[in-house]
This record gives sequence, C-alpha cells and structure tokens, in this order.
Amino acid sequence: MKRSNLPLEFGAEPMDIEIGPSHPAMHGITRLSTRLDGEVVTAVEVEIGYLHRGFEKECENSTYVQVIPYTDRLNYVSPILNNIGYSLAVEKLFGLDVPKRAQYARVILGELSRISDHLTCNGAMGMEVGAMTVFLWYVKAREYLWELTEEVTGARLTHNWTRFGGNANDLPDTFFDMLEERLKKVEAVLEEGVKMLFKNKIFLDRVKDVGVLSRERAIEYGFTGPMLRATGEPYDLRRAEPYLVYNELDFEIPVGTVGDSYDRFLVRHEEMLQSISIIRQAVAKIPKGGHYQHDRRAWLPDKTEVYGSIEGLIDHFKVIMEGSTPPKGEVYQAIEGGNGELGFYLVSDGTGKPYKCRVRPPCFNFVSALPEMLIGHYVGDIVPIYGSINMIGGELER
Amino acid sequence: MGVKTKAPAIEQGAFFTTRLDAVLNWARKYSLFQYPFATACCGMEFMATAASHYDQARFGAEIPRFSPRQSDVLWVAGTINHKMAPIVKRVHEQMAHPKWVIAFGACASSGGFYQNYAVVQGLDRVIPVDVYIGGCPPRPEAVLDGLIALQDLIQTRGPTGHTGINPRQTKEVLLLSRQ
Amino acid sequence: MTAPAETPPITARVEEKFPGAVTASHQQFGDETITVAKDQYLAVMTLLRNDPTLKFNLMVDLSAVDFLGQSPRFQVVVHLKSLSLGHRLRVKVGVGEDGPEACTLPTISKLWVAADWYERECFDMYGIRFQGHPNLKRLLLYESFVGHPLRKDYDIHLQQPRVELRPVRERYDYQNRNLTDPSETERRPL
Ligand code: SF4
Repeated sequence: MKRSNLPLEFGAEPMDIEIGPSHPAMHGITRLSTRLDGEVVTAVEVEIGYLHRGFEKECENSTYVQVIPYTDRLNYVSPILNNIGYSLAVEKLFGLDVPKRAQYARVILGELSRISDHLTCNGAMGMEVGAMTVFLWYVKAREYLWELTEEVTGARLTHNWTRFGGNANDLPDTFFDMLEERLKKVEAVLEEGVKMLFKNKIFLDRVKDVGVLSRERAIEYGFTGPMLRATGEPYDLRRAEPYLVYNELDFEIPVGTVGDSYDRFLVRHEEMLQSISIIRQAVAKIPKGGHYQHDRRAWLPDKTEVYGSIEGLIDHFKVIMEGSTPPKGEVYQAIEGGNGELGFYLVSDGTGKPYKCRVRPPCFNFVSALPEMLIGHYVGDIVPIYGSINMIGGELER
Repeated sequence: MGVKTKAPAIEQGAFFTTRLDAVLNWARKYSLFQYPFATACCGMEFMATAASHYDQARFGAEIPRFSPRQSDVLWVAGTINHKMAPIVKRVHEQMAHPKWVIAFGACASSGGFYQNYAVVQGLDRVIPVDVYIGGCPPRPEAVLDGLIALQDLIQTRGPTGHTGINPRQTKEVLLLSRQ
Repeated sequence: MTAPAETPPITARVEEKFPGAVTASHQQFGDETITVAKDQYLAVMTLLRNDPTLKFNLMVDLSAVDFLGQSPRFQVVVHLKSLSLGHRLRVKVGVGEDGPEACTLPTISKLWVAADWYERECFDMYGIRFQGHPNLKRLLLYESFVGHPLRKDYDIHLQQPRVELRPVRERYDYQNRNLTDPSETERRPL
C-alpha cells in the first residue's frame, strides 16, 4: 500500500505525531516520532532506551553464575535460549564438555522456548490488525508450553536453568509424559490459527507487501533470524555453525521470498512446526546419563560430595566465595535465538567476575531499520509492521 | 415508588439496608478499568493473566483501557528506569480520580535485582502505590491475589482512602505537571 | 589455546594488503582475531567488506571494552561475519584517551548501515566519538545524563533521576500506616 501520486492541491501540511512510548496500539515501549503528509509517513525517528536496565554494568559486578538470571530477562519470551547462549559462551571459555543428555535437554527446552517466542509474536501480529481471538488462542498454547518448562525448571518465565557444564536439573519423567500431549495441543492451536488467518482477507491485506525490506538491505542492516530468512537468505545458526546437537537432528529452514510482514509471519509459523519436529526427534534420541558434568573451576560439585568429602567441601566453598574462575581471554559464542543471532561476547581477566559481558541483541538491528520499513506507508501500517519485527524490550535495550 | 405506603417486599421482611458509600465501593471494586503499563518481562505474565487461561475478567477487571483518562487502575508491570519515570508520572496524573496503582513484580515494587544507574528503585519513588505484588515475575495466582487485595482496599477505604492524589491537592499537582 | 604455527588466511590476506596494519592477532577458542592500528582501521574495514576473498557482508556486533589504567584505554571490538563464505572475524582497535584525537574513531556506518546504532550505543556507554557518524546522539540513555556508565570508573549506583523522587521515608510511612484508622491517610501529607 504505497502512496499514489496525489496532485499537489490535495497535499496537506505535514503533521508530526509522537507514537509511544506508552501507546494503545504498541506492545513495546519505543517512541516513534513520525512526520505525516496526509496519511503517509514521510519521516520517522526511533527513540529507544525506555527499558535500559544496565545489564552489562550489572554483569560486570556479578559472578559468572549470577549473570544467568539476568540473561533470563533479556529476551523474556524465550528465556531458556538466552540461558543456553550464555552458558555455551562460558563453557567455551572454560573448555567444558557438556554431557550428551544435557545437550539434548537444552535442545528440547530451547525449542519449546522458541515456539513460545514465535507464538507470542504471531499472536500479537494478529491482534495488531484486530484478530484478538488468535492472540488469545496463541497465549493459551503458550501456557501449555510454560507448564511444561515449569515441570523441569520450576518457573514459568524466568528459568535460570543452565549451569556451566550441564543443567540445574534433569528432565523428569513427568515431563516426558506430558510432552506429547502438549505438543499435540499446540499443533491443534496452530492449525486453528491457519484457519483463522491464512485465508483471512483483512489480515492478508494488512500484512502483504507492507514493511518490505530487500535481502541486500536486510544484510546491510545486520538482520538475522526469521527477519532475514523472510527475505530469502537461509542463514540459521543451527545449521550454519551447529552448536549443541543440532547436527544430529533433521530439520528444514523455511525462507520467504518477498521480505514483507506476511513472509515473516509465515517463516515464524513454519519454524514452530519445525521446532515441534526437532523436539520429537530429540526426545526419541535422548540418551541416558548425567545432566551435569562437574568441573571444579566452573561450578558446584554434587551435594553428596560436598557433605561426604573434604575436596567437595573446599570446591564448594571456593566457587561460592570467589565465583567460577575461567582462564583469561575473550570469547564470542552465538546461538540462534528467537529473533536471530544471539551472541555473547565475554572478556575474562581471570577473576570471578566477567570483565565485560556483551550481548549482541538481534532485534536491535530490526528496530534500527524501522524508518526504512515505515517510510512511504500509511500511518495505519505502522503498528502491523512494528508487530512483525518482534521487538523485545529486554533484549533491545538490556 | 411512593404510591403504595408499604412495598410488598418490606412487608415480608425481604430487604436490607446499607450505606451509600458501601454500595458505591462495591460497584467500584467490580468494575475496574485497567491501564496496563507493561514495560518488561512482567508484561508477559500480565498478558498470561489477562488471557483466557487465568481469566482476570472473572474478577471484574476485564477491559484494558489504553487511555489513562478512562481507567481506574494503573498496572505498572515491569522495570521503570529513569528515562521512563516521567512518562509513568504523566500517565498517572492523566488518570481521573479515583485511581489506584498496582506495582506488578519486584522491579516495579523495589527495583528488583537491578540496582544500578538506570533503574528507579521502586515505583513508589515516583508515584504512590496501593498494592505491591512480589515475584519476578509474579505467578498469575499472585497477580489475582493482588487484585483481590486491591478490591478489599477499595471496599474498606473507598475512593479517597488510598494514596492516589488527594482531591484537595489536585491544584498543586496540576501546577507541577505544567512545569 | 595453543597458537597455530601458520597465519590463518584472513589475517594473512589483511597483512598482505596492508603490511603493518595488524599489530596483533590470535585464535583463542577458535575465534580469529586481529588488532589493527587506529590509522589503518577504516582502510582495513573497507578491505574486509569489499575484498572478494573476504566478503564480510554482515556486521554482527560493535562494542568497546574499557581497560582502565592501560594505554590505550579503550578497545573497540567489531565482530564480522561473511554470509556467503561462512567465516567470522573479530577486529579490535585501540582508542586512547589522550592526545588531540582522544576517544575518537572513524565511523564504519558508511560501510555497514548496521553500525549506525551500534556506534551510537558505544558512544552512549563509553563516550567514544565516531568521526563522520551522521547522527551521533545518545541512544539508550537520555541527553541530560552526565558521563558514560559502562566506563569502569562510573559508579554502578550513581543515579541521575529525571523527575523528583519521593522521599523513601514517606514510602515506609505509607507502608506502615494503620489501615483501620480512617483519619490516618487523610492526615498524612502527600
Ligand atoms: S520483576 Fe522480574 S520479571 Fe518483572 S520486570 Fe522485573 S526482572 Fe522482569
């Protein structure tokens, strides 16, 4: 819906409107200062930082393991993926081996997290153009998944689950009992979503051919994840630089063709189905074994050792008092987060606290490209486009 | 009314008396229009509570009103930093009296585990708060509990007994907000 | 962590084109890293982007590290990735605090648009000015903020409020108020 060339006598005076940071239709807290010519957006300036919480400063003043809860709150729709990314980075720094079972468990919960991320985004996209029902259904489906992760980690949203060298606890049997039933329910909800939206004229009109960004521009802007794949670039870190056990699993990378909001929606939808299939494969393949491999520099020994042996007690004391002490150096580890390349760059000076803990936030790039996506569209398209980029404040502003 | 000297119900003793403000408070507490000021992770839990699974509507707090002028309760769900603080304050001032504020989650209540240059150490450093809901994020059950606590507060204290801006001081507040 | 004997291909290519530009390099944990001289930074970045054997088309990340007490004090760290060739590189460049060019670095936002916001954030957090940047303003914090919070000498607890904060006393008074006494909240000055 680009503007037609109206004759000049209809040209209205330019009008400036401020959208956000607290605005009815925006589910994020970003401020868009827009200039309109009639109904058409001619200039946009994005102002962010309304959720800047000083993540990096906070990390520099915490021990390595204390950072894990902070990572939960980065992308708070897929917290476990953040946990995994950070732990992988620290494990790379230590050179730790994670037991196979723990890796599979991370894959399973990580994919559950990814589904819940995409459910939220697609549901909100529907809501943004008036399809409230889809949103409520998708949130219901998300609820099924949160109950699953709660079964393992004890928390619905902020899990704090991974540790250096494994996970805080193993997947319990009850989890596997619930899993298949829940996945079926989620699939049913997605099926309903297909019926509701995929042939819905109103929805299609609002999302098709809006917010287009070409593949070249998307790469210029540093897009990754579903936003990049929607433009046709099959870049997925699970395939490009396999971590955990993704190279043992079989999945496809959905890509779009045009790079508009609709493609993003479809890519996310397809990814959810792929994630479900990944989970099924991982459950079939998950080996027996421990969920945690103790390394005395990294994290606590088993409780029986702490109470049963003097070495265990000393290790426990040292890790609690000094924190985990990795060797000096710097490391960058990226994983495929809900929004794209979620990278952690750590600089260690050999003490118990990270000297620098930097997150590479995927949706930072998306928001920086907003002006380019919005200019030329009608003011009513701002919100659907904004919804399609899945801006998550915690990750964007940290 | 007024035609018969005795209504049949009164003859049968089927009536009760109450105070007008008690009735009003009762009405108020079950029709809370809410302004969800969701900034961070707690907003996710707020969404979950408001959606069909936990269904906040059962407690008479159904419709989110995204205009502060139409809402009674301000839910501040999430971290408030110094950049955001003037905006919360503005939203709170725009709400019509009577109004209540719920601090949702640890961050809004006290700054949570963010103790640094950016984060306001508790929403009550900026605007008065009626109910604090602990948790990071609070579970939906806790949220509903907080809502019920607010309803009790409304029933017992009425519209002026809370900490919202006292009508007598409105003038001062208006002056403040103009500055 | 043992450094391999031969120079990895990307580093070798850069050294071939700009002899002396790479002041240090390592491959710790498998991440290929080069440190470049500040005056060659822009030229090296242009090469990395445009050279057909390198083709770093994705600017992944840009940030800085503050090594307080060392010289140069800051190190700007850029992560690059080539989508077509699949390799990664970390480029580091030292930015000193003294001299006429203190805390400045040429911008690379002309090469990758993505760098625009990353540089703004870096300026916001570390106070490194990127010369030639089209719109170098604070990004995450507000204009009235004094200082740069991620510098190591910025106290984590030093807050700079934008609105007048209510005193803490009052907050505790309110929490301890007697809810059964109706006059209590009436009397309490707000
Ligand atoms: S209380 Fe916890 S969950 Fe809520 S906004 Fe703060 S950090 Fe996020």
